[in-house]
Amino acid sequence: MKLTVKNLCVNRAGRRIVSAVSFSLRAGEALVVTGPNGSGKSTLLRAVAGLLPIADGNATLEGCEDDPLREHCHYLGHQNGLKPALTARENLDFWQHFLGSPDSSAKEAFEQLDLSHALDLPVGYLSAGQQRRVAIARLLMTKKAIWIVDEPTTGLDKASAKLFTGIAKSYCASGGILIAATHLPLGIGKTKSLELAPHKGVPA
Amino acid sequence: MATQTKPSTEGFWSFANPSKFMGFANRTIPALAITTLIALAAGMFMVLNAPEDYQQGSSVLIMFVHVPAAWLSMMIYTVMACSAVGTIVWRHPLADVSLRAAAPLGAVFTFLALVTGSLWGKPMWGTWWEWDARMTSVLILLIIYLGLIALSRAFEEPAEGAQPLAIMTLTGFIIVPVIKFSVNWWNTLHQPASVMRFDRPAMDAAFLYPLLVMAIGYSLLFFTLHFMSMRNEILGRRIRTMKIANAQEGR
Amino acid sequence: MGALLKRDILIAIRSGGGALTGVLFFLVVVILFPFAIGPDTGTLARLGPAILWIGALLASLLGLDRLFAQDREDGSLDLIVMQAHPMALTIFVKAAAHWLVTGLPLVLAAPLFGIMLNMEPIAIAATVTTLAIGTPAIAFIGTVGAAVSVKLPRGGLLISVLVLPLVIPVLIFGVAATIGALEEPAPFTAPFLLLCAVTLFTAVLGPLAAGYMLRHSAD
Repeated sequence: MKLTVKNLCVNRAGRRIVSAVSFSLRAGEALVVTGPNGSGKSTLLRAVAGLLPIADGNATLEGCEDDPLREHCHYLGHQNGLKPALTARENLDFWQHFLGSPDSSAKEAFEQLDLSHALDLPVGYLSAGQQRRVAIARLLMTKKAIWIVDEPTTGLDKASAKLFTGIAKSYCASGGILIAATHLPLGIGKTKSLELAPHKGVPA
Repeated sequence: MATQTKPSTEGFWSFANPSKFMGFANRTIPALAITTLIALAAGMFMVLNAPEDYQQGSSVLIMFVHVPAAWLSMMIYTVMACSAVGTIVWRHPLADVSLRAAAPLGAVFTFLALVTGSLWGKPMWGTWWEWDARMTSVLILLIIYLGLIALSRAFEEPAEGAQPLAIMTLTGFIIVPVIKFSVNWWNTLHQPASVMRFDRPAMDAAFLYPLLVMAIGYSLLFFTLHFMSMRNEILGRRIRTMKIANAQEGR
Repeated sequence: MGALLKRDILIAIRSGGGALTGVLFFLVVVILFPFAIGPDTGTLARLGPAILWIGALLASLLGLDRLFAQDREDGSLDLIVMQAHPMALTIFVKAAAHWLVTGLPLVLAAPLFGIMLNMEPIAIAATVTTLAIGTPAIAFIGTVGAAVSVKLPRGGLLISVLVLPLVIPVLIFGVAATIGALEEPAPFTAPFLLLCAVTLFTAVLGPLAAGYMLRHSAD
């Protein structure tokens, strides 16, 4: 299992936001993407997740060339993808069914994230940090080869951020590939880093 | 400055090749315009020399304005549907430019068809508007055109509107025959007895030839206006891109 | 896919009001007619099927703008389009859930409004049947309108303008079939089958177009 991103270019609104980014990650490796605001971190992540059209270059997962890369990715963006009217458990059960290949149950995931008390509360009642943790729990619910997380610790306090680091670490230890846009030191052994320079708004 | 603007005209537009289109348009538009004028003038001459219809008198002349406009209202939608396929399959920006440029022209020709139909209907039917199957279908087509124009204007960033506009245009194109069929069906169901039907007799050659020349003139007019409108759209987008680039430079 | 259906229905029930507001809107539209054309029961009974159809048609448009916009705002749409499920099927299920929580209540409320309009029992039965078959078509075509305007902050009005002309066949065949069931020379079977055909046609076309749109124009 090896993710290769070669010469990836992404345009938005007629301007090149990400130009010629290349990296490769083996199973168990993590990539931390850093850079100032507007340097295209989110754009890069969304393009790898298949949510933005790639203008040039490619991203492939070795051994899974036949299906689109996006199907092998967990994506945690700025929004949590949770419905405030449903309880945390209902939200996660839905995603587990919809995303397929169940891994751990909602209960286990919640224990890992120290959320057991919130399991049957509507997500709308939870604080921003708790909601973020529910969203992180989604990553544990189904097995995917790649996690793409965009500022995963937004709204989390120090202890919760540490929880996430632990989860990310054990995910990589179990052979997962992690791509994170974050300023947080992940503390995972084989972490690569990629620093994006602010794009100059050059028309693509 | 020159080095700043150069990439802006190359980069985004290099895969679109509108620069090539611009050259092509600049060369063809004058020729097209002249041919249009000749065709329309010839058509008008032939129309004015056509014999008067014994039934309809001189009001038959409206038909030479009306029928080509009605044909074009359908042809332009077909052009738009082809452009939509270009946007969806090849993501070619020129296809989007073509779709956007054609929509208002289509609406205008459709409107012309309705107005002339109504003018013709007043002496024939005695009313300005008759809920006749043809006119009703054309009216719905006009509403679809206007809806598409509204959709095309709703997007701040033209590139973002390309796919939505293409999908909506194509969906409309697929449903239009169903609408046409249903309206015909509805019309036969509610056929009012008082209406005088205008059954088209086998058209006399004296009418057919002027009509065909007029149709050719109309089509040429459309293509001239379409090319001009596409050229404007491309120039408008270039200005936009430059303004944005300027704004970011000054940051 | 069952999970998606269940989720969307649950959300509609929990957040409440959606179905009720639709029915209320339907009622208000129906009430407007006697004020506009007079309280003559004969006229109202004769126009009843048309009034109910217009009311249901307009009420069906409510909430279409939120069909995908809500999922887009909270990030769910990103996760939905990333999966391997055929998008057309996903959209079909979402449209079905939308119809169950907004369209079905309209169909169920129609008999009551029919009584208020002094309609014959058979007229009410015919209207309800045609509404039950016709209103899903509005939801299916509505998916296209909802998908193309998903990024627009105020897409509601635009969706109505885009969708209404396209559902004219539904109205024509729906009302024609209802009239056909009541008045002798008018045919029933033909418009009724055509109505079914239109619904089936849109059930394929709408989700295909909307699904393509959502998967290929992510931002």
